[in-house]
Amino acid sequence: MSKKGEESLPGFNRRDRQWHPDAFTPAYRSTILRSPKQKLVMLEQTLSETTGPVFGQNALGALDHDLIRNFAKPGESPIGERIIVHGHILDENGKGIPGALMEVWQANAGGRYRHKNDSYLAALDPNFGGCGRVLSDENGYYAFRTIKPGPYPWPNGGNDWRPAHIHFSLFGSGFAQRLITQIYFEGDPHIALCPIVNSINDPKAIDQLTARLDMEHTVPMDIRAYRLDVVLRGPNSTLFENRMEGN
Amino acid sequence: MAQAFLFKESASQTAGPYVHIGCTPNFVGISGVYAADSGLRMLSDGTKGERIRIHGRIFDGANDIVKDGLVEIWQADAEGLYNSPNETRGAADPEFVGWGRQPTDLETGHFAFDTIKPGCVPASDGRMQAPHISLWVVARGINLGLSTRLYFADEPDANSADPVLTGIADPARRETLIAVRKGDSYLFDIHLQGALETVFFDV
Ligand SMILES: [Fe+3]
Repeated sequence: MSKKGEESLPGFNRRDRQWHPDAFTPAYRSTILRSPKQKLVMLEQTLSETTGPVFGQNALGALDHDLIRNFAKPGESPIGERIIVHGHILDENGKGIPGALMEVWQANAGGRYRHKNDSYLAALDPNFGGCGRVLSDENGYYAFRTIKPGPYPWPNGGNDWRPAHIHFSLFGSGFAQRLITQIYFEGDPHIALCPIVNSINDPKAIDQLTARLDMEHTVPMDIRAYRLDVVLRGPNSTLFENRMEGN
Repeated sequence: MAQAFLFKESASQTAGPYVHIGCTPNFVGISGVYAADSGLRMLSDGTKGERIRIHGRIFDGANDIVKDGLVEIWQADAEGLYNSPNETRGAADPEFVGWGRQPTDLETGHFAFDTIKPGCVPASDGRMQAPHISLWVVARGINLGLSTRLYFADEPDANSADPVLTGIADPARRETLIAVRKGDSYLFDIHLQGALETVFFDV
């Protein structure tokens, strides 16, 4: 039943599940009851997995990529460190992915989310919403402006603090590429201490999520830049050899 | 199985409890940034096909309802064509994108999609698959988004010939993917753990 995908797209490379975090990482307590216990069932990709929605620039507003301005009152700004976050969205083969929709969300400079379930002591910033989105350009590059988020404590059973981070969601061209992950910032001592970060086994995989200060794109007297490149699953042109498996 | 590529896929991290800020900001009261939350409305008057509703809840291993989750669906149009540049067989219904996104309700945990019943899509070997909808589930405590499929209980013949469903070794587990019809609604509860654990796929 294994077939070369001759007539249609060959599909995406299989995910390396040693590289991604396991579902069950009990130091991050929320995974205990939310991790499937049965083995994942192998699915030979079909058009249902190789196709996916695309988004055009007309789906986005002019300020969507600018979290410094997209919620602020006229003439006002959010409090905190002004940063550009930018980089290349590419596939595993190194090819830039144009038109990839990146949606981001984050806490404000004090570490507080604009969400009714977040009751952290730090104040809400009346000029910061915490959401934004951007499409990668024709070569796969993205950039957005924001305020550097603050670290925050979270209820995980101990003295747990999240490193400063920006959550993001990415669409490639196929639904099998859907990915949500987080951007960290180099030099943050909380990275090494965080049970969510440490759900990832390989330090190289954590490093790949850690943005670097980028003086080259820092605008003097205005805003600092951080760079993070992001990799989505790439198309696999080799013969698909995995048989369908039970569980 | 893991092959060597130039780059590794960026590792996943949980969507966390505040995924709605980024994905459905209007739903959590952040208005004025996006005109509307993406994926909320899948249908227009011109969309071809049979109107249906897909709804359900997500349950954890203690059978508690997950109230901070997000569900996305992806499906073909009524003729079985995907509205995607990667669709090679023809042009899909221009009035149907086929992608939907819904938060689980913050109080009840319910999610619901108003959509159409999809047509059939072939597998890579050319055999027809039963009509189905792909789902992707994220939430706090889910380290890597979970992929599953919804099939329709009123398609018993197609389901019994479907290569993905029949590829699930334990027939009892196939039932976790079959949505039961009541009127125009199909109920699809998702169980992350336990005796009724939903089949999740390595896609
Ligand atoms: Fe967070």
